Amino acid sequence: MKANYGYMDGSGEYYITIDTDPCNDCADHPCVSACPVGMFEIIVDDYDDEVAAIKEENRKKVKYDCAPCKPVTDRPPLPCVKACPADAITHSW
Amino acid sequence: MAEDKKEFWRWKEYNWHDDTKDWKSAETITAGVDVGSVSSQAVIMLDGELYAYSNMRTGSDSPDSARKAMDWALEGTGLTLEGIHFIVGTGYGRVNVPFSNRAITEIACHARGGNMMYGNTVRTILDMGGQDCKAILCDERGKVSNFLMNDKCAAGTGRGMEVFADLLAVPIEEVGELSLDVEEEPPPVSSTCVVFAKSEATSLLRDGWSKKRVLAAYCSAMALRVVGLLERIGVEKDFAITGGIAKNSGVVIRLERQLGLKALQSKYDTQIAGALGAALFAKTLVEKKRKQAV
Amino acid sequence: MITAGIDLGAKFVKVLFLKDDEVLARTQERAGFEPAEAAKRAFAAALSESGLTENDLDAICATGAGRQVSPFTRESITEVGAAARGTTYLHPSVRTVIDVGGEEGRAVKCGDTGKVEDFAVNEQCAAGAGSFTETIARALEVPLEEFGKLSLKSTKTIPMNAQCAVFAESEVVSLMHAKTPKEDISRAVHDAIASRIISMVRRVGISNEVALIGGVAYNPGFVDALERGMETKVVVPEHPEYVGALGAALTARERSK
Ligand code: SF4
Ligand code: SF4
Repeated sequence: MKANYGYMDGSGEYYITIDTDPCNDCADHPCVSACPVGMFEIIVDDYDDEVAAIKEENRKKVKYDCAPCKPVTDRPPLPCVKACPADAITHSW
Repeated sequence: MAEDKKEFWRWKEYNWHDDTKDWKSAETITAGVDVGSVSSQAVIMLDGELYAYSNMRTGSDSPDSARKAMDWALEGTGLTLEGIHFIVGTGYGRVNVPFSNRAITEIACHARGGNMMYGNTVRTILDMGGQDCKAILCDERGKVSNFLMNDKCAAGTGRGMEVFADLLAVPIEEVGELSLDVEEEPPPVSSTCVVFAKSEATSLLRDGWSKKRVLAAYCSAMALRVVGLLERIGVEKDFAITGGIAKNSGVVIRLERQLGLKALQSKYDTQIAGALGAALFAKTLVEKKRKQAV
Repeated sequence: MITAGIDLGAKFVKVLFLKDDEVLARTQERAGFEPAEAAKRAFAAALSESGLTENDLDAICATGAGRQVSPFTRESITEVGAAARGTTYLHPSVRTVIDVGGEEGRAVKCGDTGKVEDFAVNEQCAAGAGSFTETIARALEVPLEEFGKLSLKSTKTIPMNAQCAVFAESEVVSLMHAKTPKEDISRAVHDAIASRIISMVRRVGISNEVALIGGVAYNPGFVDALERGMETKVVVPEHPEYVGALGAALTARERSK
């Protein structure tokens, strides 16, 4: 399952997508500790898979919460994306 | 005067049950309660068939709203809460349904409910609720394969439509039809943001636009917005729309036009999709439990 | 040399006449639906305020969202460029300019000559702009000027959950029903909008002095929220809403040299 967390508002589209199939196979979920804001949590989803998800309190402000990782120029690789061994995390912006 | 200012965005609450069915002869009685931020629904099923439901406004207190919706669905059936074998709570207030046996997200419940309401060929379900909008891709069993939700922004939600209904003093139920009663389709309102769209509408009215024309421009902007959301998950046939806005023909027809796709019709009330899915999950769960007990 | 800057913003059109280091006129008009007409009126007002005629002006430059429709001139500069130019002229040590108008917020990082190095914009969402405070002030039935000051009296930080101006309005209404003091609501609102602006500022980086321009700079509650959030002082130039027009007038002067 592709789980898209985030939103779209008048200013643009801000979604973090987690591909839950490879994520379910990942043992350590290193994304959780990689994110400086602590946005990720491990949940048991509706289909009983153990997967990473963006915390409820961050979902409506991912654009702002991720801002430190996304400087306007010279953007380095995102810590969460880099940490994920399964390439399960993508950002729409 | 403030007191007798009509609230044009208010819709009517209702309940229903099937007189031709008798719960006493049912083997499995399950229920789903969907506590949304604006409205709450309760659905009761007898052996996987729809038996009774209710739809009402969510009050300030989630447990209380869940209870009321459930009581109202039970009303006139002779059935009591204790007589239900398994209850699943869903919706934004799902963890606050005190009498439920499990909570499942509204995304999974919508997919499951949509699968029953529209048949198993449905792949894309769009749910436009009071304060959010969900786009779901699912398989033939009603399992979610891709989803997104937008509950940050009022644009593209029932709330945005309410703001407009209020601004134009048009009852919310009439918005759709009025918006279709224009000779020529106006360009959509250009601002996505409801706040800015509202000032845009005010100036259009001042420019001499009729209410109908302004509504048409807003319904079309709303459709455009939702198409944008759907594109993110990729629309697949068959396509269905649930939630309050499914009743707004002004948005639905424009959406179909923009997508080049007709939305499936259902004999069920589209607003109960989440609660229906929850009741279906409840059936699976209770059966699993029984099997384990043997 | 006498030059004019015209700033065609979303809500107001502002005109400023500049001679050397002296401002000869500052005028503004509501933009309405005909920003070009509003610009003509503001321009005429500036002429009468300064006692000049159109022929006395050596050059004119426009800025703002509506700069393409500006009468009098084809010269123009982006809002970002004008903000940086105007601010560094007034406060040479400023390197980060925050510009918050009714419908958008901007953060600009500039070099020592007022050249833009980096910028980020948040537009089309009222939650990150001045309209947000206006909407809430209206819901609370408090005049906008007082609403900002109220926030300074608050001692308690309460979080706002809604990230949308429309949903925030309902949230504020329920806070009122729960008898939350207005000053605490005001602070929550200003903190919320400031945190959105600050995250944008961080994307361009904070270096040296920070200035706030645009109409929202008159709101002490917002300035306070910004300062607390960034843990740094924020410079507010005199006539903060005219800084864009000033930047345009300066640009007109430089280009005609
Ligand atoms: S980009 Fe940074 S802040 Fe955003 S989720 Fe990834 S690690 Fe966390
Ligand atoms: S764009 Fe407007 S409606 Fe959407 S989140 Fe922002 S303020 Fe709310």
